[in-house]
Amino acid sequence: MLKALLANALQIAFVVALAPLYAGFLAWLKERFQSKRGPSVLQPYRDLRKFLSKDEIISEQATWIFRFAPWIAFATPIAVTMLIPVLTDFPLFFAFMGDMLAGGFILGLGGFFGVLAAVDSANPYGAMGASRTRMVSFLAEPVFIIVFFTVAFVADSTIPYIVQQHWVHPFSAFFSPSHVLAVVAFIMLILAEGGRLPVDNPTGHFELAMIDESKALEYSGRGFALAKWGGWMRFLVLCIILANVLFAPWGLSSDVSFVGLASAVAAIAVKLGLLITLIGVIECSVAKLRLFRITEFLAAAFAIAVVAMITRAFSL
Amino acid sequence: MTHPLVLPTALQLQLNELIIGLFLLTGFGMTVARQIQATLFGFIAQSLLLAASAFVLGVHPVSPHLLALAAVTLVSKPILIPFVLQRLVPREVYSKRELTQRVSITTSLMIALALAVAAYFFALPLLRSGAPLVSVGNVAIGFAGLFVGLYQVAARNEAVAQLLGILAMENGAFLAAIAIAPDFPLIAELAIAFDVPLLALIVGLLTRALHEYVGSTDVGTLVSLREDAGH
Repeated sequence: MLKALLANALQIAFVVALAPLYAGFLAWLKERFQSKRGPSVLQPYRDLRKFLSKDEIISEQATWIFRFAPWIAFATPIAVTMLIPVLTDFPLFFAFMGDMLAGGFILGLGGFFGVLAAVDSANPYGAMGASRTRMVSFLAEPVFIIVFFTVAFVADSTIPYIVQQHWVHPFSAFFSPSHVLAVVAFIMLILAEGGRLPVDNPTGHFELAMIDESKALEYSGRGFALAKWGGWMRFLVLCIILANVLFAPWGLSSDVSFVGLASAVAAIAVKLGLLITLIGVIECSVAKLRLFRITEFLAAAFAIAVVAMITRAFSL
Repeated sequence: MTHPLVLPTALQLQLNELIIGLFLLTGFGMTVARQIQATLFGFIAQSLLLAASAFVLGVHPVSPHLLALAAVTLVSKPILIPFVLQRLVPREVYSKRELTQRVSITTSLMIALALAVAAYFFALPLLRSGAPLVSVGNVAIGFAGLFVGLYQVAARNEAVAQLLGILAMENGAFLAAIAIAPDFPLIAELAIAFDVPLLALIVGLLTRALHEYVGSTDVGTLVSLREDAGH
C-alpha cells in the first residue's frame, strides 16, 4: 500500500521534475543538428526560476479564467500521469479511474482553458492563436479517436496498463500492421499536438505565424512559468504514452524496489532519448507547413490510422 | 486439382499483413502526391511491396508460382516501367507540380479511404464463398488497391499520373490474385509482365506526342475540340 503510494508519487515527481530537462534536451539537440552550439540542457530550469521570481502583471479587464488557466495547464498533465504507466508495469491506484480516452479529455481540458484565457486576454494575437490551435486540435481529434479505437480493437481494452501488457507478450504482435501504423499516426499526432515543426514552429518569434505560442503572450511571471511548465509536461506525457504504451513497452519495473525503479528510469531515459532524437531529426529536416496544408498533414495521419484499423479488420 | 493444404506460419501472415497495410498506404500516397515524381516513387514502392507479399507467402509451403510472380513483378514493375517512362516522357513533367486538383487533397484522401472501406464489402462475397484463400487480407486490400487506383485515374489531371493509376489498379488485382489463385499459371504471369511495360510504352509515347503538340501533359484541360490544324 505504502509502496504503491510511493511509486505513484515517484511517477509524478519524474514527470514534473524532468519535463523541463526533456524540453531543454530537445532544444539543445536541434541546435546541435544545425551545427550550432546550442543552449545548456538546463536552460528551461533557469527560465523557470527567472519567471517565478518576477512580478506577474494581469490586465484589469481579465477575468478569473485568465488567472486560473495556467494552474489547469499545470495540473492536467499531472492527472494524466496517474493514469499511465511511467515507471511500473502493474496498475497503480488511479489506473482504473480512467482510460486513454479520459487521458485525452483531461489534456483537452487544459487546452480548452488555454484557449479561453487567450481570448480572455483580448490580445488580438491571442484570439488568432486560439482559433488556430482549435483548428489543429479538432483535426487531430478524429485521428486520436481512430488510434484509440485501433488499440482498443487489438488489445480489447483502453486502459493504458492493459494495452501495454498486450504488446509485450507475443513478440509478433509488435509487428502487426495495426501496431506499426498506429505508432506512426501517433507520432504525427504528437508533432501536431505538441506544436512541433511540420505544424508549428516552437522557436518562432513572429506573432502572425504562431499557433501554439501566441496563447501565452499576455502571461508573465508565475502564470507564464506555470503555463510553460504545463506545456512541457504535456509534451513529455504524450511522449511517455507513445514510448511506454505503444512503441516500446519493455523495461518497466514489475515491483516497487530501488533496483526495479532505477532500471525503469534508465530504460525510459533511453526510450525517450531515441524518441527525441527522431523528433529532432524530423524537426530539422522538414519545413513548416502553410496553415491550410496542416489539414493535409493531419488527413494523412488519419489515413494511416484508418489503414491501421482496417488491415486488422480485413484480416480477421 | 487438390493441393495439400499446408498453411503459412503465423509469422509469415503477420509480415504479410504489414506489407499489405503499407501497400494500401502507398496507394493513397500515389493518389494524393502533388509531384509526378512522387507518384512514380509511390508506384515503385507499391510494386516492391507486391513482390514482397508474393515472396513472403510463397516461401513456406514452397510455391514456385508465387516465387515466379515475385521475380517477374520485381523485374517488370519497379525497374522496367520507371525506366520506360523516364526515357519517354520529358524530364520537366516529373518535376512539375500539379497545382490544380479536381478535388482537394484532403477530400481526395477521404474519398479514397471510403473506397477502401467499401472495397471490403465488395470482396466479402468472395471471402464467404468458402474457397481456400492463402491470406484473407490480400483479397480485401487488393480490392481496395483496385478502387483507389480507379479513383486516381478519375481524379488526376496529368497523363502520367493517370497511367500510374491504371498500373496501381493492376497491382491491386495482382495482390488479390496471390491469395485467390496461388498457382496462377506462369504463362499468364509472363504475358502480363510483358503487357504492362508495353502499356507504359504506349501511354508514354502518347504523352510524349501530347507534350510536343500541346506543350503540356495535363489531359484534364483537353476538354474542347479545336478546328484549326495548327501543325
